[in-house]
Amino acid sequence: MRFIFKTEYAQDIGLAKHQGHTFWYSALVLLLLGAPWLFTEYWLAQLTFVLIYSIAALGIMLLAGFTGLFSLGHAAFLGVGAYTQAVLTNMGVPFPIALACAAGLSAAVGLVVGLPALRVKGIYLGMATLAFGFIVEEVLARWESVTGGNAGIHLKKPNVFGWVLETEIQFYFLCLLLTILSTLCILNLLRSPTGRAFVAIRDSEISAQSMGIHLAQYKTMSFAISAALAGVAGALYAHKLHFISPDQFNILQSIDLLLMIVIGGLGSVHGAFLGAIFLITMPQLIAIFKDLLPAVVGQAPGLQGVVYGAVLIGFVLFEPMGLYGRWLKVRTYFEMFPFYRKGMFKRQKSFQKSDRLK
Amino acid sequence: MTDFLLSAHNLSVRFGGLLAVNKVSFDVKKGEVFTLIGPNGAGKTTVFNLISRIYTPTEGSIDFVGPKGVVKLTEQAPQDVAALGIARTFQNIELFEHASVLHNLLIGRHTHRKTSFLQDMFFTAATREEEQRSREKVEEVIDFLNLQHYRDTFVAGLPYGVRKVVEVARALCTEPSLLLLDEPSSGLNVEETDDMAFWIQDIQHELGITVLMVEHDMRLVSKVSDRVLAMNQGEVLAMGTPREVQSDAGVIEAYLGSLDDVSSLRRESAAGVSA
Repeated sequence: MRFIFKTEYAQDIGLAKHQGHTFWYSALVLLLLGAPWLFTEYWLAQLTFVLIYSIAALGIMLLAGFTGLFSLGHAAFLGVGAYTQAVLTNMGVPFPIALACAAGLSAAVGLVVGLPALRVKGIYLGMATLAFGFIVEEVLARWESVTGGNAGIHLKKPNVFGWVLETEIQFYFLCLLLTILSTLCILNLLRSPTGRAFVAIRDSEISAQSMGIHLAQYKTMSFAISAALAGVAGALYAHKLHFISPDQFNILQSIDLLLMIVIGGLGSVHGAFLGAIFLITMPQLIAIFKDLLPAVVGQAPGLQGVVYGAVLIGFVLFEPMGLYGRWLKVRTYFEMFPFYRKGMFKRQKSFQKSDRLK
Repeated sequence: MTDFLLSAHNLSVRFGGLLAVNKVSFDVKKGEVFTLIGPNGAGKTTVFNLISRIYTPTEGSIDFVGPKGVVKLTEQAPQDVAALGIARTFQNIELFEHASVLHNLLIGRHTHRKTSFLQDMFFTAATREEEQRSREKVEEVIDFLNLQHYRDTFVAGLPYGVRKVVEVARALCTEPSLLLLDEPSSGLNVEETDDMAFWIQDIQHELGITVLMVEHDMRLVSKVSDRVLAMNQGEVLAMGTPREVQSDAGVIEAYLGSLDDVSSLRRESAAGVSA
């Protein structure tokens, strides 16, 4: 069991809370830096996808996990980012500028979608964003002069001011850099007044307002940041696949994004990464185990959907805190051995919330 | 002229056919503890919600002496009230449950933030310095209300009595000039209520903060209040010192019923026995 004695405010403000953090996260960064030489090409590609999805997951985690606004149309932001990147790259715009445009345009669209979020909550916001997702998908399919319609669009290699990223390894490092930057931005936001305002809105709008937090401003801000990150992820996704088409940004993609953070653990930055790992490795695991199953089950169409659904239901029922919550429990068990008790993480039920002002 | 901090003129609120508050006027003087009392449904909390701008009055206005002179409170947006120096607590506790006590109190510092969103995102020196300053201020409040023990505890795991204190602490972190307490003693035991009375007196005398509260516990009311306003069915019944209000005939009638009611009850029970 570790007891942290705080003697300075800096300890409380700093990102690494103790030496263990510094050590393990440095080790993780070293591992990721060495990954191209440790893993095969196939697994490096999967790792690249994990990084790309992590960026999107960070965005949706900020929105759903920390601000309490659920978006069922997040793939639309991914799509806006991907298509902006594709169109600009093919026009010969250098990668960093195209990426900034992709993030910026997604953020602008996020601002527009954020507007209904000021009026509607919960399931109604879900419906509004769901509708928005369909609209964007349709626009991508019909606006053929720009997007190439359902035939899709091919991308050139990323070009950083004349330096073309030819190999997958170079692209992997680009993704790694952007993932680390996004993570740092989110962590910084969360330990600053802006992030605390988001959490305040999630937990009690009425008292957030009475503490002087401008609800409309912060909700749209959360939408914009979340959309911008999805835009960045979309841009990288487009480059990774070299080819994009509207059906990659449909409702299933939106559900995958939401599934990712719920399974990872709502309200934790770690959860975004764990969820991304889950989302990418699950199809591989299914593919491996499929051959071991009887043909009736193993070769059945829709097996993946069933497995995803079952896993999601399992998590909602037995581990609402997601993979990260499970990890916390396991860690606490070993830290406190043999004093861990089942009820330690049990949420206290409270019926004190005031409903009369809503 | 401006010895008042807050002045309400002819406040009325109508919810459909219900006149929740009817032509209520009162002044809260600087540095006093002013209490609203009255039976359930008298409109006390509605008056509170008018001051914190959750509701807009149908009629009347509220003047408040803010840092930049007198402002019409009724023309302010709800989120701007905190910056004027008005902080409130809620009857049913509205804390940020999935955050630690320290975080809750830091959210109370929101109106004092000077950094922009971009500065926060890159955690510049300015943000770092501000975080440090906020924590210094929060620690003062933690010391003041004896919350050291709970600093890093999550609110969801705290007992009710402590949450009540945390809510007061969060309001104090905004450095208000007027503190609105909505039933500070509800749900507290006798000992905790005594502590609360002690803190309210400290807030008034040591911090020089004006307190406006809604309260049912008459022991607490007479202990800490300088003036009391009694309301019933949206109207003002009486105003004055706790002793004056408690002996007011109208107030006694509102709480206990009139003599006629009592005698008619007696008659009914007598008839019931004889039958």
